[in-house]
Amino acid sequence: MGDETMDKADIQAGRLDSEALAENFADVHQPLDQTAALVEAQRCYFCYDAPCTAACPTGIDVPGFIRAIATGNVSGAAMTILTENILGGSCARVCPTEILCQGVCVRNNVDGRGDQPVAIGMLQRHAIDHLDPAAAHPFLRASATGKSVAVVGAGPAGLACAHGLARQGHEVTLFEARTKPGGLNEFGIAAYKVPDNFAQEEVSFVTAIGGIDMRYGLALGRDIALDDLRRDFDAVFLGLGQDGVRALEVPGGDLAGVHNAVDYIAALRQADNLAALPVGAKVVVIGGGNTAIDIAVQSKRLGADDVTLVYRRGPAQMGATVHEQEFAQINGVRIKHWLRPLRLEGRGGEVRAAVFAAVRQSDDGSLLDAGTEQSLPCDMVFKAVGQAFVPPGDVGLQLAAGRIAVDQDGRTSLPDVWAGGDCVAGEDLTVQAVQDGKIAARAIDLFLRENGS
Amino acid sequence: MADLRCDFAGIKSPNPFWLASAPPTDKAYNVERAFKAGWGGVVWKTLGEDPPVVNTTSRYGAIAVNGQRMVGFNNIELITDRPLDVNLAEIKQIKRDWPDRAVLVSLMVPCEEAPWKKILAAVEDTGADGVELNFGCPHGMSERGMGSAVGQVPEYVEMVTRWCKSMTAMPVLVKLTPNVTNILAPARAAKAGGADAVSLINTVNSIVSVDLDHMAPNPMVDGKGSHGGYCGPAVKPIALHLVAEIAADPECAGMAISGIGGIETWRDAAEFISLGSHSIQVCTGAMHYGFKIVDDMIAGLNNWMDGKGYSRLQDFHGAAIANLVDWQDLNINYELVARIDQDKCIKCGLCHIACEDTAHQAISVTGQGPLRRFEVIDPECVGCNLCAHVCPVEGCITMAPVDNGKPYLNWAVDPRNPHAGAAE
Repeated sequence: MGDETMDKADIQAGRLDSEALAENFADVHQPLDQTAALVEAQRCYFCYDAPCTAACPTGIDVPGFIRAIATGNVSGAAMTILTENILGGSCARVCPTEILCQGVCVRNNVDGRGDQPVAIGMLQRHAIDHLDPAAAHPFLRASATGKSVAVVGAGPAGLACAHGLARQGHEVTLFEARTKPGGLNEFGIAAYKVPDNFAQEEVSFVTAIGGIDMRYGLALGRDIALDDLRRDFDAVFLGLGQDGVRALEVPGGDLAGVHNAVDYIAALRQADNLAALPVGAKVVVIGGGNTAIDIAVQSKRLGADDVTLVYRRGPAQMGATVHEQEFAQINGVRIKHWLRPLRLEGRGGEVRAAVFAAVRQSDDGSLLDAGTEQSLPCDMVFKAVGQAFVPPGDVGLQLAAGRIAVDQDGRTSLPDVWAGGDCVAGEDLTVQAVQDGKIAARAIDLFLRENGS
Repeated sequence: MADLRCDFAGIKSPNPFWLASAPPTDKAYNVERAFKAGWGGVVWKTLGEDPPVVNTTSRYGAIAVNGQRMVGFNNIELITDRPLDVNLAEIKQIKRDWPDRAVLVSLMVPCEEAPWKKILAAVEDTGADGVELNFGCPHGMSERGMGSAVGQVPEYVEMVTRWCKSMTAMPVLVKLTPNVTNILAPARAAKAGGADAVSLINTVNSIVSVDLDHMAPNPMVDGKGSHGGYCGPAVKPIALHLVAEIAADPECAGMAISGIGGIETWRDAAEFISLGSHSIQVCTGAMHYGFKIVDDMIAGLNNWMDGKGYSRLQDFHGAAIANLVDWQDLNINYELVARIDQDKCIKCGLCHIACEDTAHQAISVTGQGPLRRFEVIDPECVGCNLCAHVCPVEGCITMAPVDNGKPYLNWAVDPRNPHAGAAE
């Protein structure tokens, strides 16, 4: 049927003027001003053995820092946060607080009042933003140990580990495959969550402790070898992330206009001029995680007329939180569920439609075709069905479920190599990566001290 | 509809809600607005001798608690800074225009007979319903031998009251300062001097806060601060106690009481009336929210009285005095135990940590996270109410009486009291 494909692809840059783009990609949350922060901080009950702290992967003393805000000790609040989470600034912006600290705030339990949880993320941001960027780094380094550690990957896990090690007096060399540090904070998170070069400013803050030598453009398995690192350093931490994009094997995947969401987001994050980014008139996003939400919303905010996010299961099974799903919807993204991608159809080598099979869930949880198809006309398709860890060649690391196997301290099967972040099993969250790096730094520090000089 | 009409030592007002002598009653403009809003009476801001005093700029300090502003309020303002004849003319006009409202006039002149005689005659000429002798102001005027400097010396209180009673037919109220060790001394002195009534409390002497950047008390006047008068909701418990002391004192019987101190709602007013106040006076509440708060004070008191079956203020006036006893008359055999409503509990743990750290280790915690459960260990609970107060959920923790079968027993005769029965 002719109206189920687009007659003409309409991919173009500059759908919106620069003013509209600036507005669309500015800070998605207005920061709390001092009065608002005070009022919000005073809503905290200062719970005993607080559930929010237990829910935080980095274990931030949430009632403690909020009370400090309430008393006007805002720099003390920032230190309370940074003591457990040196990337507290980005976590305040990107954490899915609705399923972590704020999800367990006892104010959610107050019956009949429809009470809202304390806005912990916004308060955390208020505290961290209070720090004077021109001031000296707030943590002191211990005296030099003479030990050196190679940290691979300058994302949240690597940065947290490097900071923890540097603080203990070790010398850290931080290898990053890209030309810029920050990991997903710089290349993956939606632009409006970390605007104004925040990721780079945070890296500068973290590395200002000293003792961290940054090396860019060096990828493990390509430019540097694990064996060499193990030989040249006293210990190694791998914060490699997940560089692989899970394949979506459907016919038509090679048509023009079909993109991996992560690649497009990385390009968007690095773009000097958003008006130069081409985007389709009708966009289909395939996937149900936060990356799918991020590319769908950003497409819409670049000026796409019509953005449809298609997920093969229901809202409850989506990797994106309910909050993120609602955020997409209020941004004008249509979400369709229970549709399995069948094929992408094109004309002249350009994608014109995405065709899905309607599915339903069987009793055992598997998906069964319901027998009907739906064709969504489109001129741009984003694949966002997940990322995967790509091992850096056969370097003797044991894997578990496709990622690096580690013990509870983040130690790998190699006695002098630790790993953390998205390259190991666990929640793929910035805050979890920070915790992995922090834990590994403690274990490495202990290891280096026990192994004498 | 209950009858809220108030008869205060012969002064009539349509309701017991008066505005206290303070900035809200400094001018006809304000008083006119107050009467239009429904206030039953005013005590005109204190008049003194001409030439009028001069006030500073920067006059108020305040305390906010957990986002609630002006829980405590303090001022360093003196008495009216307008010429006496201007005030007198306005009072006269107001009383003429609002004959059904109580118009009282606060006065403060030096402790000599002549100035009192002169100003009383001038006030009487306005048709005002009564005078309130300002023996309470703790700042500024006290340094000039007036205000609380008089109120703190019972002999002066009695002397000036007696002068005034002999000089005017108007009812005389003596406004008392709380800045004394025993409120009964000045109250009894007022009675001895012939006062028709007392009004209390005036403000509590205070330094409301210190500006840590300028190292000076607030409110600051060009880098310096001074002690001032403290009022607002924070002083209400102090005022309730002092009002009750006088209401319960046989020697003070016969004097009317105008209750003042942190009154902002009908409930506050009902509490003051139940402890013996005949009228109540408001200042900070009006300064915080404007005169409109009297709407709910009138309607709320009315609804509450209807619900209780009280048709007139006299029906519950002083009713709580009968239940105000000395500690030694409390029933030592009475027992309460805390009860936690698990359906209402939000698992904040404040009851547990308060009891564990600062009380009797009588609330246990079991389980983790959202499944944790807080329970009272009955044998350890002394029924102190701390948990019920810290609990942020209304009605979640209640104090249940324990039926222990023991009879009333007070400390005076308790066998555990080594001095029991000594007085007999």
